Amino acid sequence: MVNETSTLAGAKIAAPGPRAQISPRVWKILGILVILAIACILPLGLSNYRLFQLTLALVYAIAILGLNILTGYNGQISLGHGAFYAIGAYVAAILMNTYNVPYWATIPIAGFVCLVVGFLFGLPALRLEGHYLALATFALAVATPQLLKYKAIANWTGGVEGINLLKPDAPAWMHVDSDQYLYYFTLAITVVMFVIGWNLLRGRVGRALVAIRDHPVAAEAMGVNTAYHKAMAFGVSALYTGVAGAIGAIVVAYVAPDSFDFLLSIFLLVGLVVGGLASISGAIYGALFIQFAPNFAADLSKAAPWAIFGIFMIGAVYVMPGGVASFVQIVWDRIRRMLAPARGT
Amino acid sequence: METSGAQAAQTRRPISASEGRRLLAIEGISVRFGGIIALDDVSFDVAEGEILGLIGPNGAGKTTLFNVLSRLYQPNSGEINFDGHRLLSIPKHRCAVSGIGRTFQNLALFRTMPVLHNVMLGGHCHTSAGFFNHALRLPKVGREERELTERAMELIAYLDLEDVAMTPVGALPFGTQKRVEMARALAASPKLLLLDEPAAGLNHEEIGALRALILDIRQRMQVTILLVEHHMHLVMSVSDKVVALDFGRRIAEGTPAEVQRHPEVIRAYLGDSN
Repeated sequence: MVNETSTLAGAKIAAPGPRAQISPRVWKILGILVILAIACILPLGLSNYRLFQLTLALVYAIAILGLNILTGYNGQISLGHGAFYAIGAYVAAILMNTYNVPYWATIPIAGFVCLVVGFLFGLPALRLEGHYLALATFALAVATPQLLKYKAIANWTGGVEGINLLKPDAPAWMHVDSDQYLYYFTLAITVVMFVIGWNLLRGRVGRALVAIRDHPVAAEAMGVNTAYHKAMAFGVSALYTGVAGAIGAIVVAYVAPDSFDFLLSIFLLVGLVVGGLASISGAIYGALFIQFAPNFAADLSKAAPWAIFGIFMIGAVYVMPGGVASFVQIVWDRIRRMLAPARGT
Repeated sequence: METSGAQAAQTRRPISASEGRRLLAIEGISVRFGGIIALDDVSFDVAEGEILGLIGPNGAGKTTLFNVLSRLYQPNSGEINFDGHRLLSIPKHRCAVSGIGRTFQNLALFRTMPVLHNVMLGGHCHTSAGFFNHALRLPKVGREERELTERAMELIAYLDLEDVAMTPVGALPFGTQKRVEMARALAASPKLLLLDEPAAGLNHEEIGALRALILDIRQRMQVTILLVEHHMHLVMSVSDKVVALDFGRRIAEGTPAEVQRHPEVIRAYLGDSN
């Protein structure tokens, strides 16, 4: 009995340092730098139309990261994030059109408005779980386009017509055209938003969000203020999607109610699942998917592009059940394991 | 730690009776769910440094009492005094801060999170950096993360979990998960530790280790322990005092030997022979 028990109760308080895991981390940083470098030189080789599409993919990546904070990390499903995207886009468009606010200044304002709206929507949503929350958010998505057409606010929103905007010009010192400039502008904001997202999700706040998703009762018993964190997850998520909407409005230089129908909300969710739930990099893969897969499907078949797109979706979740992000991780781990013994000997 | 669990149990100091200050006072707690009375006017005290065993047949109200103490249930009547505070007036999420940690009857871990993060979450209530601090990674965040990691790694080493520190909890065997839960509960440095059937599902050897662990935790971390357990041998050998519940009522209270002999307890467990 004495020996059996001593392993468990024995004094082993000597704290070990964090395990040496430097190499994967260095790999990760190197990977990010390489991808960033490629992203920076891409405009040189792409047509302006492709570049415009890529800019929109970055916009979607920000929106999907926002949705991921809510749905992937915190476990609250939303079928209505298109509404927050629309709010962000309209706030930016109205500020630019009616109040002559500079385009770059509209983005933080749109984000803040969506933070407040999202937080307030998150409070009653606390009482809803799973399917019921899906319904409530879906209601938001289907109602938004019609609310935007409402006559009483048509002076600001432009009613059914929407609002036409002027595309911002590139600063002269950059020697790029307007599309290239908007790409770099969007890329810079995307990087900032992803760094902030990474900061949020890797520390105490991120652990609390995941804990609430995994076991809300235990999280509460450990002292996590679950109501506050869930409502804030809604707010921050809406902030991200609103920022994306604002940039989207600037890049497209046009907003109209029917560009923000419920299909946009569903597409964001598709991007989230295909890219990978609870994965930061997954937001980028998912954004590329929802931006380019429909085009590619239309290239393959003019008659039934949606059928082809459907096959893409089913194929993606069948081949990569954890999303592209986890698939990439698995492949990468396998490559490293194959290389490891060769390096060791 | 040279003394084995069995020895420690034999040379138990009567902390509760002589030197112990009253840490927890449960006064007339009643909980009803619809027409069912889960707890019926239950009162008892727990002295500082004491290990109090709470026993009773299934459905006696033991876990309900734990859920009241960790503020998951609001009692219909009664008062709880903990460490000089009225516990029932503290908001739910401040409960862990006040110094009550717990484990759960059917493991309540964060399954997708690695062991280290589970244990770090146990210390959530002693840190405070929120969304804004984290978004900008202000210095406070780094400081708190370092402290949390350090404390968590100490506990992980203490509970022999170093090899699985970065493994998601859901992938671990049951016995290991129970140790993770213990580490998580200790991460908040509680004054009072509620253990809900820690021996359930463990084999004979693991129960021996658990007994030694409970005694060691009490001594090393100056924790008062409230233990719900069906494994009678374990309860009777580690507890300073035992309270027996049946149908939501307290039917006996005293030393393990007294409670074991108590006719009401024998009747509750074995039924009335007459």
